[in-house]
Amino acid sequence: MSGGERRFEAVDLSCIRGERPVFSGLSFDLASGDGLLLRGHNGSGKSSLLRILAGFLKPVGGSLGWSDFDRAETPEIHRARTHYVGHMEAIKPALTVEEHLEFWARAKGYKQPAGNILQALDLESLADVPGRFLSAGQKRRLSLTRLLATPATLWLLDEPSVTLDGQSAARLEDMLAAHRATGGMAIVATHTEIALPGAESIDMAEYGIAIETLVRTPQTAVGERDYGEW
Amino acid sequence: MVTAFFSLVGRDLRLAMRGGIGSLVAVVFFVIAASLFPLGVGPESALLERIAPGVLWVCALLATMLSLDRMFQDDYDDGSLEVIALGPLPLELVVLAKVLAHWLTTGLPLIIAAPVLAVLLNMSTQGFAVLMISLLLGTPILSLIGSVGAALTVGLKRGGVLISLMVLPLYVPVLIFAVGAVEGAIFGLGAEANLLILAGGFLFFLVLTPLASAAALRMALE
Repeated sequence: MSGGERRFEAVDLSCIRGERPVFSGLSFDLASGDGLLLRGHNGSGKSSLLRILAGFLKPVGGSLGWSDFDRAETPEIHRARTHYVGHMEAIKPALTVEEHLEFWARAKGYKQPAGNILQALDLESLADVPGRFLSAGQKRRLSLTRLLATPATLWLLDEPSVTLDGQSAARLEDMLAAHRATGGMAIVATHTEIALPGAESIDMAEYGIAIETLVRTPQTAVGERDYGEW
Repeated sequence: MVTAFFSLVGRDLRLAMRGGIGSLVAVVFFVIAASLFPLGVGPESALLERIAPGVLWVCALLATMLSLDRMFQDDYDDGSLEVIALGPLPLELVVLAKVLAHWLTTGLPLIIAAPVLAVLLNMSTQGFAVLMISLLLGTPILSLIGSVGAALTVGLKRGGVLISLMVLPLYVPVLIFAVGAVEGAIFGLGAEANLLILAGGFLFFLVLTPLASAAALRMALE
């Protein structure tokens, strides 16, 4: 991973889902090696923010992009630099662990996955096991191993440690540390403890639009915020 | 990009192969539905001969539709679509790869089964070659148009019925020109014009439907 100068930044993002404002005025700036923890209660917009960062969802206002590329003009460069692991594991019952990694590498445009990645989350003994026989925790570990299959600068993780046992969670922390040590960036949404040393933390509640405010004075609460073109 | 395209096609074929009988539903339905007609209308060979091209094509339409709802649904449900969408392949090409895999697992088996069923329905032998060509040109159109219906209903429960309502009317021109070609060949009127229209339609939908399906998938991914 090259480009020590590379930065990923978001300025004044706001998000509306199903006509309900979720958050607004959210900004951050990541340099290589940085980590960012997203915290907040259920429904505070952690997942929506990650989907915006991945490019699935368009922010209602604000901008985000790389210091060396305009994301809007070159979405394929953003996609190539990004790994997103969401709530769904993307695991097919009929394909084996190895076949999943092979497909994920090719779907990213690489010939084959990086070698020796199965041991990172202790999946070596399961290489030939089809997805239908994996437990929930094993599926999660396989899904996270996708991060290692191909290189990407930015990791977007949505509740990655859900269903992981303590040992696997520690291995995930090692993965994150190694990724950041080689210049990668990680944005992790979680409400459990994941050690991300030196990482900044965003409390989604600070950017949220409190429901009570909306109920009491809907006019002013909505009017005060800037929703861009909304 | 080429790697990503063919890995997607290859994975879908592999999944279909391991899906057992489930992935053969379309061709099995085609065979059963078409063989019901001699039982229903009686074994009178002149009548069967007359309706054979239409029966075969209507059954092919319905059989194709049976398998449409799975085109994107599984990948959407388990999150694979998110992984694929973050790859280097633009969604338009993702759609084309899925359509190609769908055609290989649905359209191609129909084409292979069709001559057998044509014999069963006592179809005139002059129409066989044109029947095969019309299926070769027509079934990819069915998969292409179907991809739009499949993409639009991808997030819905019980989207299958909705797909039929959206897609069947769009299949009508394919049916008319394909059957027209086969009958033209049988009655000595020539099939060329109808086949050329089918070929043109194939190119038309090859260009347009991936754009529409990709737009629908983008909405589904939000």
